Amino acid sequence: MSRIAAFGRFWWGFVVGDDWTTAVAVVALIGSTDALAHDAVNAWWLLPPAVVAALYASLRRAIRR
Amino acid sequence: MSSALLVLSAFLASAVETVEALTIVLAAGVARGWRSALAGLGAALLALAVVVVALGPALTVVPLRDLRLFVGALLLVFGLQWLRKAILRAAGFKALHDEQAVFAHELEGARGAAGVERAGVDWYGFTLAFKGVLLEGLEVAFIVVAFGSTQGSVPLAAAGAALAVVLVGAVGVAVRAPLARVPENAIKFAVGVLLTSFGIFWAGEGAGVRWPGSDAALLAVVAFVVAASGVLVVRLRRDRPRLLALEADA
Repeated sequence: MSRIAAFGRFWWGFVVGDDWTTAVAVVALIGSTDALAHDAVNAWWLLPPAVVAALYASLRRAIRR
Repeated sequence: MSSALLVLSAFLASAVETVEALTIVLAAGVARGWRSALAGLGAALLALAVVVVALGPALTVVPLRDLRLFVGALLLVFGLQWLRKAILRAAGFKALHDEQAVFAHELEGARGAAGVERAGVDWYGFTLAFKGVLLEGLEVAFIVVAFGSTQGSVPLAAAGAALAVVLVGAVGVAVRAPLARVPENAIKFAVGVLLTSFGIFWAGEGAGVRWPGSDAALLAVVAFVVAASGVLVVRLRRDRPRLLALEADA
């Protein structure tokens, strides 16, 4: 069990790293883009600035730590 | 155009990770003997090749839109890690990567470890080189598989990564010292920008976005991420004294 947990921890750390909130923000932004596309809105303008905003928030959290 | 960026991304990511892996293999070789270090290096390269060969074709059977959504999201999360660290380094909030210091640290650890021989090699030297190359190389393997499968050319991405391994390896063998002069921090910044840009582009396509200008929009996304990252570095550098003072008061 501990090996499985260690394996999971490794991959979590590898992909997500030390700021899981950024991963949640990315999933939420992609979900929002997908939802807009289903409503026939071509939301190409959403992801780039929103990702930069998520990056800025992540930087501020890293500095506060 | 996107194929050129694909090869460039794989090459740069591979170059910077190979420099770091080379430092660990050098420390293992100098402290524990070259037989065990090279055996560890070979075993790790074999394991990485198996990962790319097994995963690359497996991903190509996934429908392209689903693949771009999944890979784009992963690249975006993964790339933002690289970019965040690069911006923190550039703005002075995180120490710059120093290959000489890493080499000295690894060398000290390797010299102090007890000697155990297994399968005819020094086990500490073997595992140090194996783990170092495998962990550094796993990020490159991930990028090669993700980029290659989404762009429809794993061999092209693998060739870009392999070229960097050969070039950095050749220079490493020639100078037999950590490659401290390679501008690692700048390369990591570039890789972070490229991973994040490809992540935005592919995740957007996977989520149903039709980019203005089609594939050419990727260049605009790269330019936007470069400009935004530059603004963030300048702003954080300017605010650094105030932010550090706030942190000290807290």
